[in-house]
Amino acid sequence: MGNGYPIVQLVGLGKVFQGKNNVVKALDNINLTINQGEIFGIIGLSGAGKSTLVRCINFLEKPTSGSVIFDGADLGALSERDLLRARQSMGMIFQQFNLLMQRNALQNICFPLEIAGIPKKEARQRAMELLEVVGLVDKAKAYPAQLSGGQKQRVAIARALATNPKVLLCDEATSALDPTTTRSILNLLREINQKLGITVIVITHEMSVIEEICHRVAIIDQSHIAELGEVEEVFVRPKSKIAKQLVFSGESHIDVFEGEYKCRIIFDGRTSFEPVIANMVLECKTPVNILFADTKDIDGKAFGQMVIQLPNDETGRKRIMNYLNVNGITYEEVKGDA
Amino acid sequence: MLSGAVIKMLGTGILESLYMIFVSSLIAYVIGLPLGVLLVVTDKEGIAPFPALNKALGAIVNFVRSVPFIILLIAVMPFTRWLIGTTLGPSAVIPPLIIGSAPYIARLVESSLKEVDKGVIEAAQSMGASPMNIILKVLIPEAMPSLIIGAAIAVTTILSYSAMAGIVGGGGLGDIAIRYGYYRYQTGIMFVTVIILVLIVQLIQEVGERWMRRADKRL
Repeated sequence: MGNGYPIVQLVGLGKVFQGKNNVVKALDNINLTINQGEIFGIIGLSGAGKSTLVRCINFLEKPTSGSVIFDGADLGALSERDLLRARQSMGMIFQQFNLLMQRNALQNICFPLEIAGIPKKEARQRAMELLEVVGLVDKAKAYPAQLSGGQKQRVAIARALATNPKVLLCDEATSALDPTTTRSILNLLREINQKLGITVIVITHEMSVIEEICHRVAIIDQSHIAELGEVEEVFVRPKSKIAKQLVFSGESHIDVFEGEYKCRIIFDGRTSFEPVIANMVLECKTPVNILFADTKDIDGKAFGQMVIQLPNDETGRKRIMNYLNVNGITYEEVKGDA
Repeated sequence: MLSGAVIKMLGTGILESLYMIFVSSLIAYVIGLPLGVLLVVTDKEGIAPFPALNKALGAIVNFVRSVPFIILLIAVMPFTRWLIGTTLGPSAVIPPLIIGSAPYIARLVESSLKEVDKGVIEAAQSMGASPMNIILKVLIPEAMPSLIIGAAIAVTTILSYSAMAGIVGGGGLGDIAIRYGYYRYQTGIMFVTVIILVLIVQLIQEVGERWMRRADKRL
């Protein structure tokens, strides 16, 4: 888990793109420390700057201010040669897989090894081992055009792992895949993290990906880090507007009930197993209307949230609040739009 | 009309034409391929941006390409005489063919290489590939099917340029067509020559397409 030494540190990182007649600030004063061995998520809406951020980590984009410290070395201070070598310690996978179309699976995995100057025979042997890791030994001779999206991403993962990187950067790696394939790829990433101890940095716009595998998450909004913390914490108690928007994205339809009293109840691992709402209704003798309910599995624990409509009379409302307080259930009142 | 002497002459013409095409194409690619690669990689969006060099190369290529081949053929005669020792015969046509087609090949190569997915290049960069690695292991192999088709087009163009060389006594099938068909009104011989040229073009195109299909792993 995320208790190792800092493997990637972003210090005051900024990136400005010089347009023809305007200046676009893609990243502004990003400070982030990612620890060895964790799965770190970076989430944001499209255009938030997350793709630029991940490209700054391996210097595919050179930051215009601040620095990137990778495994103790300041990437900005390295010579071109050393930078290329440092990149061999950072694997990267992409939304569109980016496999070499004229090479078969095995040759694709050999590619980074050729660049690293590994002898051919040794490279092929290593590539076969990696095909085993990703469960595609029977597809060694298949060309990308003959593989499904999930299989292509598995080859891409094997290729990214070929040079024994310390960090694996995943840029929207599951965004082009269907939900079932997404789950299997995420499971593979988790397995790689646990078995090989490789730090995984996941860039995504999907909260479900973060919930599924990440330990910590940074939420990027308008070139800044809006929120940073343990996934559980951010999910249960989102503070920033953007975090709430991402976490509660499923309940936008409750806007219809504008003006009425609403309350969001948050279930942590404990309360998920108790019939909270039923008990509350029985005890308070006040019926409530359930507007939205959702349960998610975060790192093996059940987390849920429910938006209920509160009665219009104040005594009924007070009774419910009191019940929630007494029983130590986390809740918050919801106004207009969540 | 097709006497033994004429057939022999046509046979020599075919061989001369093939010789001109083969040698010119080969040397023109030796110049045009690296030139095309340079045009791609030194582009401001390329893997080794060098805008000044890119602009200069682009200007030279455009200049040579805009000179009509028939004028180029005559304009480079002093150079040809200095290099080959004569301005007559198939060998003397090779220098202008190379000069005329190398910039064309450079543009063909450039457009083939630009078809390579930017994402694949980025992936290679993320693995620490140097620009040379990317040229040799990504750009050229990934663009191979397109480069092969481009080569078929280039060779066909060189063939049609070589036919023009007949005007300055360059030998080959074009020379025969002009000397007999045009200057001496022997339409029959001209006709046969043109048919042979058409067949050669068909053959080049067919070979190119088959080779491309075999090389392309995306199909």
